[in-house]
Amino acid sequence: MREITGYVGKPLLRREDRRLLHGEGQFVGDIVLPKMVHCAFVRSQVPHARIKGVDFAAARRAPGFVTALSGRDIRNVVTPIAGMQVSIPKGWRDRFHYHIDVPAQQILADDKVNYVGEAYAVVVAEDRYKAEDAAELVEPDFEVLEPVVDVDRALKPGSPVLHAEVGSNVISVMSTKKGDGAAALARAKHRIKRRYYHHRYAAMPMECRAVVADYDIRTDSLTVWSSTQVVHWIRKEIGSILGMPEERVRVIAPDVGGGFGGKGHVYPEDVLVPYLARTLRRPIKYVEDRFEHLVNSAHARDNFHDLEIGFDDDGKIVCIVDDFVIDSGAYSPVGATCAANSIAHLLGPYDIQNYEAKGTLVATNKTSNAPYRGAGRPEAAFAMERAIDIAANSIGLDPILMRLRNMVPPERLPFSVGLPYRDGVPITYDSGDYPQALRRAVEELGGLENFRRRQAEGLAAGRYLGIGVGCYVEGTGVGPFEGASVRLDPSGKIMVAVGANNHGQGHETVFAQVAADVWNVPIDQVVVTTADTAAVPMGYGTIASRSTVTAGSAVVHASAKVKDKVLAIAANMLETPTADLEFRDGAVGVKGVPDLKVTLKEIWWASRPGWDHKRPPDMEAGLEANHYYEPPTVTWSYATNAAIVELDPDTGRVTVEKFVAVHDAGILVNPLLADGQVRGGLVQGIGAALYEEIAYDENGQILMGTLADYLLPTADDTPPITVIHQEIPSPSNPLGVKGLGEGGAIAPPCAITNAVSDALRPFKAEFNATPVRWEQVRKVFAEAGVSTPRGRG
Amino acid sequence: MKPPQFDYHAPGSIEEAVTLLGSYGGDAKVLAGGQSLIPVLNFRLARPGVLIDINRIGALSFIREADGGVAIGATTRQRMIEGSDIVGRRAPLLADATRLIGHLPIRTRGTIGGSLSHADPAAEDPAVVTALDATMVALSKRGERRVPASGFFRSLLTTALEPDELLVRIEFPPTPAGTGTAFVEISRRHGDFALAGVAAQVTLAGDRASEVRLAACGAGPGPIRLAAAEKIVRDGGASAASIEAAAAAAAAGVEPTSDVHASAAYRRDLVRAMTRRALERAVARAAGGTR
Ligand SMILES: Cc1cc2nc3c(=O)[nH]c(=O)nc-3n(C[C@H](O)[C@H](O)[C@H](O)COP(=O)(O)OP(=O)(O)OC[C@H]3O[C@@H](n4cnc5c(N)ncnc54)[C@H](O)[C@@H]3O)c2cc1C
Repeated sequence: MREITGYVGKPLLRREDRRLLHGEGQFVGDIVLPKMVHCAFVRSQVPHARIKGVDFAAARRAPGFVTALSGRDIRNVVTPIAGMQVSIPKGWRDRFHYHIDVPAQQILADDKVNYVGEAYAVVVAEDRYKAEDAAELVEPDFEVLEPVVDVDRALKPGSPVLHAEVGSNVISVMSTKKGDGAAALARAKHRIKRRYYHHRYAAMPMECRAVVADYDIRTDSLTVWSSTQVVHWIRKEIGSILGMPEERVRVIAPDVGGGFGGKGHVYPEDVLVPYLARTLRRPIKYVEDRFEHLVNSAHARDNFHDLEIGFDDDGKIVCIVDDFVIDSGAYSPVGATCAANSIAHLLGPYDIQNYEAKGTLVATNKTSNAPYRGAGRPEAAFAMERAIDIAANSIGLDPILMRLRNMVPPERLPFSVGLPYRDGVPITYDSGDYPQALRRAVEELGGLENFRRRQAEGLAAGRYLGIGVGCYVEGTGVGPFEGASVRLDPSGKIMVAVGANNHGQGHETVFAQVAADVWNVPIDQVVVTTADTAAVPMGYGTIASRSTVTAGSAVVHASAKVKDKVLAIAANMLETPTADLEFRDGAVGVKGVPDLKVTLKEIWWASRPGWDHKRPPDMEAGLEANHYYEPPTVTWSYATNAAIVELDPDTGRVTVEKFVAVHDAGILVNPLLADGQVRGGLVQGIGAALYEEIAYDENGQILMGTLADYLLPTADDTPPITVIHQEIPSPSNPLGVKGLGEGGAIAPPCAITNAVSDALRPFKAEFNATPVRWEQVRKVFAEAGVSTPRGRG
Repeated sequence: MKPPQFDYHAPGSIEEAVTLLGSYGGDAKVLAGGQSLIPVLNFRLARPGVLIDINRIGALSFIREADGGVAIGATTRQRMIEGSDIVGRRAPLLADATRLIGHLPIRTRGTIGGSLSHADPAAEDPAVVTALDATMVALSKRGERRVPASGFFRSLLTTALEPDELLVRIEFPPTPAGTGTAFVEISRRHGDFALAGVAAQVTLAGDRASEVRLAACGAGPGPIRLAAAEKIVRDGGASAASIEAAAAAAAAGVEPTSDVHASAAYRRDLVRAMTRRALERAVARAAGGTR
């Protein structure tokens, strides 16, 4: 164990807990402003139609009606958000073959609706009840078009095309390679190709999205509260679309009940609601309900990987060739990111010389696909980790041993992979011990040999047990940058603001821990603000497992700038050279002389502009600094997940007996919160493996309209989970941290499908699609004529 | 997800409620625990002009022994039934089943009368009253009407209750000595509506099964009495072979449909497994005298 001297490394309870547990959290839904009106969106009930007209006549007569707009009413007034909301750096463009032509979504559908749930009109009324009453009376005139309901259909010649401006349903293709995949495949002793399908599901936060906007005519400014992960992105879009200086747009994310990526980009409502506030000169509120969330907030995954693995008799992998297709849904606001991530992460912790990967994004008449916790990694890990199990079994090698034979050993780190990351920088796995993570995970399950013995004994008694693992690496702390602002307050408190957006992670606590150590002050002397554009001039947001790495580093650097001035002023006050001074307990003091010190409060007063200051000559007033941390590239987290499952032959029920994750996120600023992050992700991953699914019927109708259909795992359905942190520091940033927000969700689908397939090895059954359906498991037993021994049901 | 506008009445007595129902008839909906009705309203799947909230009518909430069996008032919470000594002794199958309904907060509000009136095909209470031949007692201005379970469930979410009728109580017949019960179901998650469930009550007399009652939920448009399976055990006894044959007959006798959670074929297959397990457990309890 490292010795913990400061706050970093301590499992502190969250500062946020008090208000949240007392029911005093402030979510967007809690905001009530004088004269506030409410809106309801009118959403398409068909997947594909041309809009010939929208009739508001009956709606206008409804009680409490204020106004209504169709797409046509705002055409050229409220222009769309860019189709692809993230930029692609040159370094990546130079090393990839790619074509990206992601269409922009209208703020309100104007010409066509492209999925069930797409808004084509908005109704504003005195309350949400009346808004819904009036919205029901809106009469669309639709010419229904043939829907494109799956990628196979979308790619066939003669398929309807969603976006005429793109010209085909292929909105992006990208590929890269290292070595020579095809030639290596031809030479490989064994090769196995399968289609691996990672299904469609969604982030599904407890709090749906919500926006409140208030326009102030005196200052021509907008204040917008949004349940989002990216306040600065929203400010930028509002500024440019509504033609306002960004300084006059303040976007705040108050308490946010989860995001997980689903709130990680700008949605049309984020722009339209502020537009309405400015037009109506009244505050306005939109709180998405669960049905709207299911049909309109981004979905995720939905990938087919046609992956071929080549390997030799010893199980050494010689090449991977993967051709995958993402069902993007109608738009893909951040979608190409997932494809790039899949390509960059597919090789995982293994040393594989030859690799080719190609990803294709295909538009269909479904809800848009965007990153969700893992963002391209769970689907890549799923294809890769299933392929390894199938390959190992084909040559009679234990899949766990096959992994150990292919993993990059710790002594070869830092390890250059030979591929570019999404930030354009060549990938270097920077620190860690992959085989150790795998060994510890399996040991935690009782050890491989023990398990194989238990499995055999079970089988003899009609019990079907299986073990499965999932290993991955994850680039975290990605750029382009994150901002922090650090200021000494006249009270002596350290005011810290970050561009990161807290939505449950405990940022107010974690960044206070970092700042308290940097300043050597009691943690109560640090005040943290997150997710407020007024507090940090430029920020990026909390997506992609990056905030502790990037915002944490920004806090360190911004603090350093202020501390330099503070030290110089203290030196002047104490008439002691700075080299003899130290920060201690909220003051600057002379080393070795406990009584000789000036407090931070005294230093602030000594620094202020005007008469009688005690700054050194030529030093400007102001103890404040911004810093924009631009990470050189990502730092690499990784984990092994391992599960034991038991299957019930009569029903196919899958019971996860035990689940283990050995995870490395470098230095844990707060082990308690880190543990919570990993566990939360694991439960979401278990949900993906066994419960959560968004299905459409053959007509393009979404089948999940409530949480009675979309099954989130609850505490009752969560197996016993052990999380082991392998704290190997990152060499890539001042804190030694690696990101951990997403990791948990990456590997449960592959660990569980591997375990289920392992239990069904006597029948040679392979589960190469998620979710694992009990019905499918039952089918294997039924076909084999196996039922549960009496008395065990 | 806001309900359309409605008028609201909260009568304090059964008479008042029945009068209101008589005057509004089809335009009114009774509000009991609201666990099914409120979502229906929020989705605007029903648009009653009037809600008649019967939660304040104390006389509708009771559990009492009656004629050797038990009578339960319509607004008795599922949570009260679950913990009731009387139910445990007089209608143990109902106690078994009630524990499986939703989650504790749902049972704390949900009522037996609401569940029966709502008639969800996957719900437990309808299967229990079907297996036990309980009697639903309905009241309207026209008087009291007793409807046997076999005639109460008409089709998906539809019962024999007339728009002006209030379900006031449910009467369960006595449970013979030497009886064991079991309600066995399978659901995707803890607390979900069952993919398939089976209620079993078996009375043993020596090595004969003198009375066998079986009903399934989640396997058709409403609860289904598994008469062919009952007969197999009644005629053939509680042997493993007879239970296996009964389970096959049960599976053959249901009419499940496919939905996002399970195909019809899988549900049918589950009915077989649930029937076998329910019978095994009920027989073991009957033999062990633990019900
Ligand atoms: C998350 C969740 C999970 C659930 N899981 C299950 C489950 O596993 N199994 C299960 O069986 N149920 C389940 N339920 C439903 C729950 O048990 C309900 O309580 C029950 O279905 C209805 O009872 P209620 O008292 O809430 O009725 P309400 O919702 O108030 O009413 C239901 C219907 O019955 C009518 N009605 C009610 N009382 C009377 C009366 N006395 N006379 C005439 N008409 C009447 C109403 O007008 C309405 O049409 C679940 C509900 C939820 C929300």
